[in-house]
Amino acid sequence: MALIFDLLVQGAQMALVLLAAPLLTGVVRKVKARLLRRRGPSVLQPYRDLIRLLRKEVVLAHNASWLFRLTPYLVFAATWVAAALVPTFAMGLHFSWSADLIAITALIASARFFLALAGMDVGTSFGGIGSSREVMIASLAEPAMIMITFTLALIAGSTQLSNIAAFMLSPDAGLSVSLGLALVALIIVAIAENARVPVDNPATHLELTMVHEAMVLEYSGRHLAMIEFAASLKLVVYLSLIACIFVPWGLAGAEAGMSALTIGVAAYVAKLGVGAVLLALFETAIAKMRVFRAPEFLGGAFMLGLLASLLLFVARSQ
Amino acid sequence: MTGTFVFDVAHLLAGSVVLVSLILLYQRRLYALLNVFALHAFFLALSVAWQAFIQAAPHLYITAAIALVFKAIIIPVVLHRMIVRLGIHREIETVVGIGPTMLFGLGLVALSTVTMLEVTVEADPLAREDLAFALSVVLLGLLVMVTRRNAVSQVVGFMSLENGLVLAATGAKGMPFVVEISVAFSVLIAFIVIGIFLFRIRERFDTVDVHELDRFRGEAL
Repeated sequence: MALIFDLLVQGAQMALVLLAAPLLTGVVRKVKARLLRRRGPSVLQPYRDLIRLLRKEVVLAHNASWLFRLTPYLVFAATWVAAALVPTFAMGLHFSWSADLIAITALIASARFFLALAGMDVGTSFGGIGSSREVMIASLAEPAMIMITFTLALIAGSTQLSNIAAFMLSPDAGLSVSLGLALVALIIVAIAENARVPVDNPATHLELTMVHEAMVLEYSGRHLAMIEFAASLKLVVYLSLIACIFVPWGLAGAEAGMSALTIGVAAYVAKLGVGAVLLALFETAIAKMRVFRAPEFLGGAFMLGLLASLLLFVARSQ
Repeated sequence: MTGTFVFDVAHLLAGSVVLVSLILLYQRRLYALLNVFALHAFFLALSVAWQAFIQAAPHLYITAAIALVFKAIIIPVVLHRMIVRLGIHREIETVVGIGPTMLFGLGLVALSTVTMLEVTVEADPLAREDLAFALSVVLLGLLVMVTRRNAVSQVVGFMSLENGLVLAATGAKGMPFVVEISVAFSVLIAFIVIGIFLFRIRERFDTVDVHELDRFRGEAL
């Protein structure tokens, strides 16, 4: 009985992230539009786009290989698994033993690896540019992510997200400059990984500065739907990561009943909403950087992560 | 109030001073540099005030007030006016290269942490941590002075170095107040002298780029 309940909760989480992902993208777009005094499309527009894309036929290049056709599903699956593992509203999920910070990073990195391969598969110049830039950004974001993981692991004594969240909720967590630095670094990494404004612009299509959109330019129909869905899911993954590590309040405990789970879901939705508004505000307030300034931006994240773990050693000295 | 909370806040404030020192390293525009310097002094003042609170040493509040009024407000404002009068407020400095400088700066922080934690094993943890941070701020201030060409930003580097000294002085218990006052005033006097020098340099060379001085002496290539 307990096993069935556990599986149900885990299933609810998988459904929740899947349903929330397009809505989150819609809310970010809507808030951005309102901030620019435009009316903007409805928050449900991403759902409509996805349904429409799923119905359309796929246009494939003559020389597209099996990899090109397989990649959208691989990317979607890997990102969905990552999103399903992060503790969004409850800590003691059935599969939380595998919800490791390193595993989630690896899942997302493998999704990106296949996407970069697919970008180069057809052999158009846009795909090549997109892939090479995406890999450049990823190779800079990865070390920063590793430093953040080190810092969190040193503080909480575990890389498992449930344990980290539980530690943050306990009174041992305390005030630490390292945590603040890790938060800022994680936000920078999240912005770069999700191709948001200072690094890449998710709203442009025909511009030489685009990164992610250039890579997926050859996709159409249901393949494009999978990739767009995966992109929204990735945003959910990173927002949930930040929420679960740095604002874990409201998370249901390991053996929680129905009421705690309901509170957890409500808190999670509220956190996602706040995150979406903050992201839109940030994106409106800042201009896109030149591609060659992205290394400095991400180098900043790496530096913050390194400093965070350095300062931890000082704190440990007491 | 528990001991860990006291330590955590002290750690947070002193750590912020180190962080702002690192931010100082990579500012290219002079205005931004001055604003960050004001922030540096602000965090220093907070840190000193917290030390005054936990050590129950009222004279440290005066040190904090001096840091706040002089270093966070008066000196940045005066430097602001100075760069406007010198007509260099739009100048962008070509620093050595942000990546290597930042890595070098982090190396210095690591070095001072390791050194201080090794040397001061017997001391009280608060003082140890404060000294480690203070040494890194001093070294980072020196690094700012080394990597800059513009005389104004070298002055900022010098001032941030002095902030590190104040941080060290407040961390060590029982520093006589007279010493602190005299350090503060000597820095102020140095600041005035440097200010006069800046204008003299500009009059003679039409620039405050210190490489011009090397060239004048026939040392530069």
